[in-house]
Amino acid sequence: MSAYMWLWVAIAAAGLVSWLTKATGHLVPERWLEHPRVLRIASYLTVALLFALFAVQAFTTGRSLAFDARVAAVAVAAVLLWRRAPFIVVVIAAAGVAAALRALGWG
Amino acid sequence: MRSLRLDPVRQQAVSVSLATGAYGLSLGALAVAAGLDFWQTMAMSLIVFSGGSQFAFVGVVGAAGSPWAALGTSALLGVRNGFYGVALAPILRPMRGWRFVWGAQVTIDESTAVALAQPAADPQARRTGFWWTGVGVFVAWNALVGVGAIAGQYIGEPQAWGLDAAAAAAFLGLVWPRLATRKAQAVAAAAAVLALALTPVLPAGLPILAAALVAVAAGWSGPAVELEPTEAPV
Repeated sequence: MSAYMWLWVAIAAAGLVSWLTKATGHLVPERWLEHPRVLRIASYLTVALLFALFAVQAFTTGRSLAFDARVAAVAVAAVLLWRRAPFIVVVIAAAGVAAALRALGWG
Repeated sequence: MRSLRLDPVRQQAVSVSLATGAYGLSLGALAVAAGLDFWQTMAMSLIVFSGGSQFAFVGVVGAAGSPWAALGTSALLGVRNGFYGVALAPILRPMRGWRFVWGAQVTIDESTAVALAQPAADPQARRTGFWWTGVGVFVAWNALVGVGAIAGQYIGEPQAWGLDAAAAAAFLGLVWPRLATRKAQAVAAAAAVLALALTPVLPAGLPILAAALVAVAAGWSGPAVELEPTEAPV
């Protein structure tokens, strides 16, 4: 099967898993899931995965570390988030910084 | 025009729904830049329908990770929604048939946050908040994912447009509201160091999945925490 078809299979599977996860919460008795350890791990899971996605997206190319125009772009994004700028402004500003630096031949 | 005036719960639901559209627009464009086509982007958005899981799937595919690493990361980022269902079940019961199918599908951060923001003494307002926000976000989010995906097709070289930097900024923006505590910041830092350290030695996508181990280690012991839904897609 082609890579394109496998991507379709993964999308369908991700949809099924997503719905089953949501449905499970509505169906199982509360005490099954409300264990303190389970709750703590679940709450840190979101932070750990999203920040790992951020780090890999910002500082790697393929299988090596890379520090290029993205470093300046995410620095600008961080300042904007700290100044409470809306999400879409942060995303567009980061794209603009990286695009401008690359147009100037850096990164 | 009197009928167009909405009560406060519905107003909140509509404003939250419209606000998430901006995230959807970003996701649609980034999904196409990562290599999904328009139909894959739309199918994923409609059936996965959980912002964090969708951004994660696209992020792993964009980083040349395998579809299975993308599936695993998106599944783990959806675990939160299971706990939202636990909090919502007493409010929404009984749900049967298609009502259950849809109720589960729109059990996400925004619908949970708006539902639980209503007084506990007013279950009708909580139900209204859940359904209006859930269905409102579903419509606004998927419509704007579509617009973003179409716009993304007209963008030539993604790097020249800085879309790789935009994806990084999007993840930072999604996680930002959850970085308020010292412990969360420490978990984030450790997850980043682990993922970057493993990047040269593991196939793409797996270093991100490995960061889940940081959450297991951090959550193994300590004081009790609550899982707080946010009005953003994560």
